Amino acid sequence: MEPLRIHQGLVCPLNRPNVDTDQIIPKQFLKRIERSGFGQYLFYHWRFDDAGNLRPDFPLNLTKYQGASILVAGENFGCGSSREHAPWAVQDFGFKVIIAPSYADIFKNNCVKNGILAVQASESQVQTIMKNAEAEGYKLTVNLEEQRVFDNSGFEMTFDIAPYPKQMLLNGWDEIGVTLTYEDKIKQYELAR
Amino acid sequence: MNVRKEAMQTPKNIIQKIWEQHVVHQEEGKPDLLYIDLHLVHEVTSPQAFEGLRINGRKVRRPDLTYATMDHNVPTRQRLVINDPISKKQIDTLQENCQEFGITLADIHHPDNGIVHVIGPELGLTQPGKTIVCGDSHTSTHGAFGALAFGIGTSEVEHVLATQTLWQAPPKTLNVKVNGKLGVGVTAKDLILAIIGKFGVQFGTGYVMEYTGEAIRSLSMEERMTVCNMSIEAGARAGLITPDETTFEYLRGRRHVPQGEAFEEAVAKWQSLATDEGAAYDAVVEIDAAEVEPQVTWGTNPGMCIPVTANVPSPDDVDRPSEQDEINRALEYMGLTAGEPISNVKIDHVFIGSCTNSRLSDLRKAAEVLRGRMVSPSVTAIVVPGSFSIKLAAEKEGLDVIFKEAGFEWREAGCSMCLAMNDDIVPAGERCASTSNRNFEGRQGNGARTHLVSPEMAAAAAVAGHFVDVRQFTAQEVM
Repeated sequence: MEPLRIHQGLVCPLNRPNVDTDQIIPKQFLKRIERSGFGQYLFYHWRFDDAGNLRPDFPLNLTKYQGASILVAGENFGCGSSREHAPWAVQDFGFKVIIAPSYADIFKNNCVKNGILAVQASESQVQTIMKNAEAEGYKLTVNLEEQRVFDNSGFEMTFDIAPYPKQMLLNGWDEIGVTLTYEDKIKQYELAR
Repeated sequence: MNVRKEAMQTPKNIIQKIWEQHVVHQEEGKPDLLYIDLHLVHEVTSPQAFEGLRINGRKVRRPDLTYATMDHNVPTRQRLVINDPISKKQIDTLQENCQEFGITLADIHHPDNGIVHVIGPELGLTQPGKTIVCGDSHTSTHGAFGALAFGIGTSEVEHVLATQTLWQAPPKTLNVKVNGKLGVGVTAKDLILAIIGKFGVQFGTGYVMEYTGEAIRSLSMEERMTVCNMSIEAGARAGLITPDETTFEYLRGRRHVPQGEAFEEAVAKWQSLATDEGAAYDAVVEIDAAEVEPQVTWGTNPGMCIPVTANVPSPDDVDRPSEQDEINRALEYMGLTAGEPISNVKIDHVFIGSCTNSRLSDLRKAAEVLRGRMVSPSVTAIVVPGSFSIKLAAEKEGLDVIFKEAGFEWREAGCSMCLAMNDDIVPAGERCASTSNRNFEGRQGNGARTHLVSPEMAAAAAVAGHFVDVRQFTAQEVM
């Protein structure tokens, strides 16, 4: 997993609450047995019409948001299924950071495992960012070490993150490798049962 | 010394008790390292996890605590004919992975095959006090037995395969109290939909829920599974019910539970899991069971539900612009008009099945409504049992005949039209009364319109061709 310390990127707004994982990556694309290549299917039925043409009004399709790497979304983002294909698609499309008022638990967990930072902001902070992002070329800088998000015209916010996911993201750890160093503890636990 | 004594006497709820029994290791600045007693595996969320093990030269630590089935992709018309080559590849990959890593697999030829959350309890793999995970959000189903059961992503699947543990922060606990009794004709499905409708699709986020109260205690095991199954639709990764005589009677004699005297010992242990008197929860919500009516979802998430006697809501009912937008979007997607009675809404399809409502008692109740009646000519209706053994049991009591005579298709077991990963798809713009758990946009097929209901309500709607209050419907004479 790639470490994530400071990231600056173009912001794309998706002003909808309760975006579920069936929207993020529809089920017909869950049949691949690889981790890669899901970006092309991200928000598939919102990005494309039934004939496979880009829907011109969907934010991710707008010229000004091409190359965006920070997604700003409404509350309860990623609700629904546990499919990790959802964060794989988000990441493969080019997003490294998501900012939303709240997330579904499993989705948020899955993000950390893949090096995606899911920043929890207040509803009003999210609305401010959404509004700012209407302007062409709106960028944010996210500093994970300092738990800070800011632009270059005065917007600034801090955010909370638990120490463990923070360290995971900062260091890009292979979690299984870390856990295997606790083998003695696991064995002890099994023997004591 | 006094401090410790006090700590030991602090009353605990069942969630805290199960948690403490499974902590392998604790240290400052880290979540707890939690031991996993049972890992259920299926074909969709596991291939990348096995691949990760191979790349790193790792083994499955406890194949004996791991059990696999194939359910999401399997065909329900002809069990062994998988037309989609990518589906077939995913199924073959699970077969190969289980062989390579020494994991027991109930494949499509196997008599134990079925939906992962149906067969776990059926085989007695699911037991009170266990920690149970699966790469599937409806793992919460197993909480019906007083297990701590939750869905995980594929990275976590790989982590459990390699280490039999997970790093997990202790959850907050939420007591969902259901007071009083459910009315006649009101089901467990109506109850859980009403709970989500009342408190919203994210009131459980960050919590593990315990369902308590008189109405919960009087539910059968299969009804409890329906309730716990949809905990995740309220945002809670896990929801559980304290085990009692109903639980023990269900489990007694099942293949993987202790037998004979060992079973009685297990029961004594399971009884000690019950929430201590005076134990606290981080939050409590309450609902009166008597006020719950048969539910129908009208929108695009399970919280968007109303009693069958009500009208489709309007954006004017709410204040926040974002909520108004959400209602407008849902109405547009669902092709509904604000204010119209939901019972006027005509349907094209009926799906009885899924890990929420595909068990024998679900099929019995639906069949009871259908006995002597015919599916409306404008409706295509299928019933998909949750497992091979449910299918056999239903056939033994002649339920298949009732369904077929009424005009239902009687299918093979699998997840089927709940998420339409196989060939069972609702066409765009068409409307389905479904006993499944999610009415998200496109869930049952691109552009498909899903209305979640109980098996009884689905059966009644199949006959009427539109939603109908099953309480009045069953009171009518069969023509």
